[in-house]
Amino acid sequence: MRERLTRALHERGEEIADRWVELQMEQALLDTDIGEAELREEADALIEALVPGLRSGVPVDRVVTSTPGLHEAVVGLSLRRARAGATPTATSLAVLALKEALLKAVQRDTRDAEELFASAVFMNRLLDVAGALSFETYVEGREEIIRRQSQQLMEQSTPVVRLWRQVLAVPLIGTLDTARTQVVMENLLQAIQDHEALVAIVDITGVPTVDTAVAQHLMQTVNAVRLMGADCVISGVRPSIAQTIAQLGIDLSTILTRATLADALAAAIKLIDGPGPDGDEGDDR
Amino acid sequence: MTGQPQPGVPILRLGDVLVTGLLNELDDRTAIAFTEELTERISAEGARGVLIDISRLEVIDSFVARTLMELTTVARLLGARVIVAGMRPPVAITLVELGIELVGVETALNPEQGMAALGWRQAPQPLEGARRGTSR
Amino acid sequence: MAPPGEYTLASRGAKRPARAENRRPPAPATYPVRTEEDLLTVRHAVRAATVEVGFGLVDQTRVVTAASELARNAYVHGRGGTVTLEYPREPGGRRGLRLVVKDEGPGIADLDAALTDGFTTGGAWATGSVALVG
Repeated sequence: MRERLTRALHERGEEIADRWVELQMEQALLDTDIGEAELREEADALIEALVPGLRSGVPVDRVVTSTPGLHEAVVGLSLRRARAGATPTATSLAVLALKEALLKAVQRDTRDAEELFASAVFMNRLLDVAGALSFETYVEGREEIIRRQSQQLMEQSTPVVRLWRQVLAVPLIGTLDTARTQVVMENLLQAIQDHEALVAIVDITGVPTVDTAVAQHLMQTVNAVRLMGADCVISGVRPSIAQTIAQLGIDLSTILTRATLADALAAAIKLIDGPGPDGDEGDDR
Repeated sequence: MTGQPQPGVPILRLGDVLVTGLLNELDDRTAIAFTEELTERISAEGARGVLIDISRLEVIDSFVARTLMELTTVARLLGARVIVAGMRPPVAITLVELGIELVGVETALNPEQGMAALGWRQAPQPLEGARRGTSR
Repeated sequence: MAPPGEYTLASRGAKRPARAENRRPPAPATYPVRTEEDLLTVRHAVRAATVEVGFGLVDQTRVVTAASELARNAYVHGRGGTVTLEYPREPGGRRGLRLVVKDEGPGIADLDAALTDGFTTGGAWATGSVALVG
């Protein structure tokens, strides 16, 4: 059985690829801008990779996953579909359409019903795995896109603004989790370097609550700013937040905090003009 | 890849301030030799301030951090104030995330700010070309 | 805790994997950690690997610093060892970097804590992890 199929793939590869592409076009499920030429290229690569997979001694239902070239071909195909915006169903169906193309090729060699049936069963076992892998990859691919988009969104939603000569501010809106903290730190520290800023104001007016985790993230940000050689002021501490911080016993005593952004800016300017010549970490707070 | 031992890190003197910088390829031996030489110089020349430019350090692990902290403590005992200037943003982020501390180490944005903190006033009209030396 | 320590520092893929995605990953490579010079060589190799996989500057620094800590630990407390760089690939095609640091002695608990703190909480760049194997 395996041999027959391998031979069919080997001898009728072109034909199978043609038929497969045709089927995919017919399905018209691929409402994407993936063109025929690209489909053909994918088909050729996949069919070519199937031959060594079948020739290896691997059990049929593991051929797809354990043949390196084949695995990659299926993964690559699914990812391209995911990016092009095809649905996951269309993607799996496109992979499964290969069964039909293959069966057609086998049909050319034999008309024996029993043999054809056995071929069909064999192909199902071979390619159902590919369908599943395709689906899995597709989902993973979409998740990757979502991850990337949320990263972009996060970067856009943490603008660093210059308030005064050598004073920067970053207004935080929403919660401050680990991922967000990393983005804030990256943007803020880079801006400090670019602007040679001496004070960075982190405004938490838009942060709904401050729990221990958020406080820890704030501390991290402040410490990173200080390592750069700049000072950090936290502004927008509402009474309710101040109470929570006190109740939770979070120690923010080493951090300069102010109720409003305006107060923070005033404090920042005082820090810069400073009482003495020692412009850093001194007792000027 | 530089397999050969590095020459010592140069230490310059500007009035009562010693100015030096660490290179990216800081191996343990160089770090230790550097600490020793700097300590000697502070003591011998009666320096009151030390500026260490770290803008070229791409990685600060706990060993380098410890070296900087020890240096700060030793210098303080000898009557000199140490300022570490020009830490790169990725380095600062990594330090706080990994919880590597630089207790007691004073920092400055760049050598210029560091020198100012050590009591050096820059001329009202800085010379052209003298300002941008450390930015990347 | 078993004396022969082995760390796996895994990062589940780069933030910007697009450009490296379809290239063949380099073969795994193992570096000895026997001398102080070896530590420098390891840092170089890890830096090159993070660039290869497409990490951004901050992620590069995170990984190289962590690797430096682990390699130094193997050298100082573990009577030497090896650092192996691998390039695993996720089903989704994302390429990652895996660091396996093996040492030949005890004394791993302290670093474990230091690294877990920074890496298991890491969310944006990849939920990396430090796992103790063996």
